[in-house]
Amino acid sequence: MTDASANNSASGKSSLLVQDARTRNRNAVEARFKWYGITAIAIGCAFLILLVTAIAFNGSRAFRQTFVTVPVTLDAAAIEAAEASMMKTSQYRKMIEAALLTEVSEANIETDMDAGKLGDMLSSSAPAQMRDFVLANPDRIGDTVSFDFLTSSRVDGYLKGRVTRESLANDKNLDAAHLDLVDQMRDIGMVEKRFNIDFIIGSDASEERPEQAGMGVSILGSLFMMFVVLFLSLPIGVAASIYLEEFAPKSRWTDLIEVNISNLAAVPSIVFGILGVAVFIQIGHLPKSAPLVGGLVLTLMTLPTIIISTRAALKAVPPSIREAALGVGASKMQSVFHHVLPLAMPGILTGTIIGLAQALGETAPLLLIGMVGFIATNYPTGPIDGFLSPNSAMPAQIYEWAKRADPAYYERAWGGIIILLVFLLAMNVIAVILRRRFERRW
Amino acid sequence: MPFLWILIALIIIASVAFVLGRQRAVQSAGGDSRKLHSLPGFYGWNTAIGAMVPSIAILAGWMIAQPIIVNMSIAPMITSVEASDSATLGLVLSNVTNVSEGLDAAIAAGAITDNEVAALNAETDNIKGLLSQVGKVVGSDITPEILDAARASRNMNATGTLFKTIVVLAAAIAGGAFALTKIRPDLWARNQVESFVRYVLITAASIAILTTIGIVLSLIFNTVKFFGMYSATDFFFGLNWLPRFQGESDLGILPLMWGTVYISIIALLVAVPIGLFAAIYLSEYASKGVRAVAKPALEVLAGIPTIVYGLFALLTVGPLLKSAFGDGGVLGVQWMGSADAAMTAGLVMGIMLIPFVSSLSDDIINAVPQAMRDGSYGLGATKSETIKQVVLPAALPGIVGAVLLAASRAIGETMIVVLGAGAAAQLSLNPFDAMTTVTTRIVAQLTGDTDFASATALVAFALGMTLFVVTLGLNILALYIVRKYREQYE
Repeated sequence: MTDASANNSASGKSSLLVQDARTRNRNAVEARFKWYGITAIAIGCAFLILLVTAIAFNGSRAFRQTFVTVPVTLDAAAIEAAEASMMKTSQYRKMIEAALLTEVSEANIETDMDAGKLGDMLSSSAPAQMRDFVLANPDRIGDTVSFDFLTSSRVDGYLKGRVTRESLANDKNLDAAHLDLVDQMRDIGMVEKRFNIDFIIGSDASEERPEQAGMGVSILGSLFMMFVVLFLSLPIGVAASIYLEEFAPKSRWTDLIEVNISNLAAVPSIVFGILGVAVFIQIGHLPKSAPLVGGLVLTLMTLPTIIISTRAALKAVPPSIREAALGVGASKMQSVFHHVLPLAMPGILTGTIIGLAQALGETAPLLLIGMVGFIATNYPTGPIDGFLSPNSAMPAQIYEWAKRADPAYYERAWGGIIILLVFLLAMNVIAVILRRRFERRW
Repeated sequence: MPFLWILIALIIIASVAFVLGRQRAVQSAGGDSRKLHSLPGFYGWNTAIGAMVPSIAILAGWMIAQPIIVNMSIAPMITSVEASDSATLGLVLSNVTNVSEGLDAAIAAGAITDNEVAALNAETDNIKGLLSQVGKVVGSDITPEILDAARASRNMNATGTLFKTIVVLAAAIAGGAFALTKIRPDLWARNQVESFVRYVLITAASIAILTTIGIVLSLIFNTVKFFGMYSATDFFFGLNWLPRFQGESDLGILPLMWGTVYISIIALLVAVPIGLFAAIYLSEYASKGVRAVAKPALEVLAGIPTIVYGLFALLTVGPLLKSAFGDGGVLGVQWMGSADAAMTAGLVMGIMLIPFVSSLSDDIINAVPQAMRDGSYGLGATKSETIKQVVLPAALPGIVGAVLLAASRAIGETMIVVLGAGAAAQLSLNPFDAMTTVTTRIVAQLTGDTDFASATALVAFALGMTLFVVTLGLNILALYIVRKYREQYE
């Protein structure tokens, strides 16, 4: 007999209905242990919520931008003079500043600033915007056109609560008086925040003009890279999986390939970047920063993922299908390409999309092949240019913004993350739908 | 794009070969395809393969060989550089290539004609300006010698491309015609096509091996070059990391290793308890409904790109930690100098690794046979006692494997540490100090203009080699442990 029952019989007062100290203790340990588990999951979910909130809270601001509405009279003589001068945009700037001053005084807002100082609240992109309009619509010269100019990032930051009067104390561009004006202009609707499509489709801007920067060019860069990844990794990955799953004899060579693939899947992504630098740029002399090189590096990185999921999809097709095909006289190759592969296709596509999503979010190898450190302002002019000329990519652009000194760029980095995550979410949803719609249980 | 045109021409030739091959096969059987060994389409494919394979092989070989041969034959024209000084000669030759490509681009853009190129004078004409008009920026001055070499290389390349086109297309036609003559009703066309496809499949499967070989060779080649400039003992045992581009750098890996290991340990201290307890709860306690919600929620953490975690560390967690532990913080301690710290990066990396640990451990705990649990319950053990004394010991090797895999992930992680850990290479014990890791230094040394000739750039390859060896070792060890353990219960 155990000690426990011996004790109980000795005391003689034990009851099944009353827990003794030891049982209570054991139950307490049990409850505590269960709580550890719940706490762990709660912490995990809390981190997720914190992360999502941080992204949503900080990033959503980037999609709205402050604009100031200024009617500018397109004076033919002034425009002609501006086009004839060396500093074209500075002439346009003077016109805009004068129009802004008139507009402010007509709205009965008192200010003792001159036009130039008042113009500091405008983005330095305003003159170029006006000039582009004039060049595109020469027939409007002489009219008074109402322009929506971007305000400088300080004004935008003030309306978003990022910039305060105190923080402007050391600022050489803007001072508190500007903000008082902005308050009044906002009250009469001259200055307002609205949805800014240029953040999604626009190009990157220089360090001093965060208000103008957009993701458009880097989205295209990512798109070109994904084309390369898709058109290389899908055929190569499927061919490799078919060989390994259907044809490969059990030999040392196939064993070696298999071990290799599972190890490659765990190699840090930055090592693939080093490979890209050494093989494609140092030896292959391919252009630096080009989406083609980025795509090649990401292809090598994605291949193991695609091979692993394709093999799983091929394995899921029951052997009876293969045997039936062989039985009616098909060759091994025909049974695979006519029967097994089509049946495994949904699984293969799901795996490919997930692999692509992984490649889309990958940053480290892109840093090494030089997709950062410059301003991606040029849209590719055609498909060949798109693959070969330097461009950024979504995650590289976010990194670039996070590294810039102006805090206005942080907001854009968060906004960029929202765009990146929307792409990833869409890809994963497509993968899930494909799986739900076409998955067959045998 | 002449290359594109060659490819299109090849595809057209192959399609014609396919049609002809098919026709000829049916004809040779007197119009009755039942007399053929294979389906008529296979004869067509066989002919098309006969046209494509030799011509593409020649094309690939030619494209690799042509620049080498051109460079070798214009090298004697560069008299200003000693032939033995191969590094400088290489620079000059790449300049020549640049100029000749620029001239091609200028002609294509209509900025200059062929005859004007021949009349160009390097001393009097502004060639640089001309080239920059068409978007080709040439770094150094264009001497008459370089211009002459560029003209010669243009001429040679033009001749080469012409011959390439002729030879490749001739090979395609000859190959197709040869395959066509071999067509007989008893030709085993299907078997030939299938064995060709099989070789294609084998080649695809070998790309994995090629990638590994590429990684290893590019690392070894550049690492050896690096150790030619910098002593290996100083690299592996040096306590200082101070790269200077002028030379005289201190490139000791120990401070970087220290930072890497320190941050990884912090990350594992966060990820392993949370991940493990989450896995235990999910596999042993959770109801179906809870599992269906909590498991995907944790796995979402694994699908988020690392740049997002990096930004989260830089802009959210770092400032938050600083407001608690920094100067003038809530806790009144001054442990933290800046928001970039080992703690910031480690904490965020830990969050990233939670799903990694939890889903692997979940699988492993689920693989423990139910009979072992039932036996334990039968002896009167509570659920937690069963888990602690039966399930976990049985799953321990697998869990160790999972932790090792997580550790290898942590060591190789780049974006979080680049953005969150700072750049100061120091051997500090304070987790709130800025530290730097192997991966951040690889990024720092290889970003920007690199010429792959200085020790400060090449050290990145030695660092990459170290990283590769360490993570590979951890992975192999982890996979070995997991595999060994799986065999026990199957």
